[in-house]
Amino acid sequence: MNRGWRAWGPPVLLILPSLILIGVFVYGLIGVNFNTSLTDQHHRIGGDVAYVGFDNYKTLFQDDTFIYSLKNLLKYTGAFLAGTLVLGFVWAWLLEKGVKGEGFFRAVYLFPMAVSFIASGVVWRWLLNNAEGDRAGGLNRLFEQSGLGFLQNQWWTDPNWGVVAIAMPAVWQLSGYVMALFLAGFRGIPDELREAARVDGATEWQLYRHVIFPQLSPVALSAIVIVGHMSLKVFDLIMAIAGQTNYTTQVPAIQMWVEFTRGDYARSAAIGTILLVIVAFLIIPYLVYTYRQERLTR
Amino acid sequence: MSTSALPTADVALAPSGRRADHTGSVAMRTVRYALLTFFLLVVLLPAYVLFVTSFKGLGDATPSRAWSLPQSWETAGWDRAWEVLSPALLRTFSMVIPASIISAMLGSMNGFVLSKWRFPGADVVFTMLLFGMFIPYQAVMIPLVQLMQDLGVPSGVPSLIVLHVVYGIPITTLIFRNYYASIPTDLVEAARVDGAGMLRTYSSIVLPISAPAFVVVLIWQFTSAWNDYLFALFFSNSRNGPVTISLNFLASGQLQDYSASMAGALIASLPTLLVYIILGRWFVGGLMAGSVKG
Repeated sequence: MNRGWRAWGPPVLLILPSLILIGVFVYGLIGVNFNTSLTDQHHRIGGDVAYVGFDNYKTLFQDDTFIYSLKNLLKYTGAFLAGTLVLGFVWAWLLEKGVKGEGFFRAVYLFPMAVSFIASGVVWRWLLNNAEGDRAGGLNRLFEQSGLGFLQNQWWTDPNWGVVAIAMPAVWQLSGYVMALFLAGFRGIPDELREAARVDGATEWQLYRHVIFPQLSPVALSAIVIVGHMSLKVFDLIMAIAGQTNYTTQVPAIQMWVEFTRGDYARSAAIGTILLVIVAFLIIPYLVYTYRQERLTR
Repeated sequence: MSTSALPTADVALAPSGRRADHTGSVAMRTVRYALLTFFLLVVLLPAYVLFVTSFKGLGDATPSRAWSLPQSWETAGWDRAWEVLSPALLRTFSMVIPASIISAMLGSMNGFVLSKWRFPGADVVFTMLLFGMFIPYQAVMIPLVQLMQDLGVPSGVPSLIVLHVVYGIPITTLIFRNYYASIPTDLVEAARVDGAGMLRTYSSIVLPISAPAFVVVLIWQFTSAWNDYLFALFFSNSRNGPVTISLNFLASGQLQDYSASMAGALIASLPTLLVYIILGRWFVGGLMAGSVKG
């Protein structure tokens, strides 16, 4: 026992501060937050606080606006994932065979990632101006001037698909990142595999179908998890482009902030917990998967 | 994907021996370059708008001239933006620099312990830490505000340093752990056999070869703390907060002052863009290390 402690005592001590911090700030606070969501603390300074079970969750799921914001989140995530995966893959595919000036293309495709959502929101709010015709600005004006006037639309003010317009700047910012992932994936495929398939007489499509796509699937999984969890947390972009009061771009993270500013801590905490559960559906299988992989490779 | 590599972009993305342009006909190649250039222009479009609009005077703001160059290049928008943003810029630097350095040091120690000086259950601990990287901070925000008040951490820069350090632990630990996993275990074992203790081994063997990982982590933390808006919104205001708060304040005013907003967006992005341009190779390396794993 003593020997064991002497062997692993020091490393445990070294990592202990971080463990305590994460234990308190992540796991502990998730617990406290969940606890708050079960109370009737609807005011900033609430004298007596009573437990109301899952009432806050029930009210939320009966609230049309909250349901609308969940649907918005789903649409946004679908558009964001599809956009980044398609563009990221196409860019990587165009670059992977080796082109002159690859470094330059790569750098330009990636640069939006260095910019904050708030800063890119400034320019995208201008680009996604919803005025049309003579008053049109931004992209609508560009469409008008280049004879593509039929493409003009309401952008983020459309009640059904407005939130998808918010995904455009997100795609602009993150596609380069997904490209970098896919490019690394492409280049991790041994040349011998491709050659072997060619020798066997595989067509280009069969080569992709049976050799390249399977080899890229771990990368695609990483991309889906990284982009997906960012997408579910979308907040900054909407604040910068549409603001917190705009109805067509409501998502849970925005509503959580609005309830917080109103002092309705219980409701705000409940939205936070719901968001955590949604993200956990994506993240926990991924963490379990990577944990198993680690064990296998050790 | 190997867990070990902490590549710069050049290593991670180097063409694997195939020479450029040996595939496809001239027509194919032309189409490829045409597509690449088209996408290049699309990606640069917002940058063009930012740059051009920031130099426009008030009279230039009519919709019909939206995409034109300025009639006269004026810097009044830049002046207005600078006035609002310059105090916030200083605060952001004073927040981001200590936050990045402290979280890099924590990450380095954790990464070492989780890869080269292990203890029972290290993998479980690592996975538990990683979870903290993915959580939506909305799920801890209400009690977090309370906790920071109870701890007496002042709003603004001090609060944000604490938060970026704490919530940076998972990613910095991940990057360092992957980096240390790639260095030969013999190196550490040899020191151990020679009777060196853990701290001695860490400081004399591991730390001296950690520079590449430190660069990656510092860039990563610098960028994410600089660009953060969520924590800034909950834990500061436009008088004591970072530049994202001031920029959003400037840009979302009732009067749509586009030239000042766009100049402000450029000013606020300049530090991270410079880091990206100068140290881009490591930046991409950090991205890969942060994601391609397992």
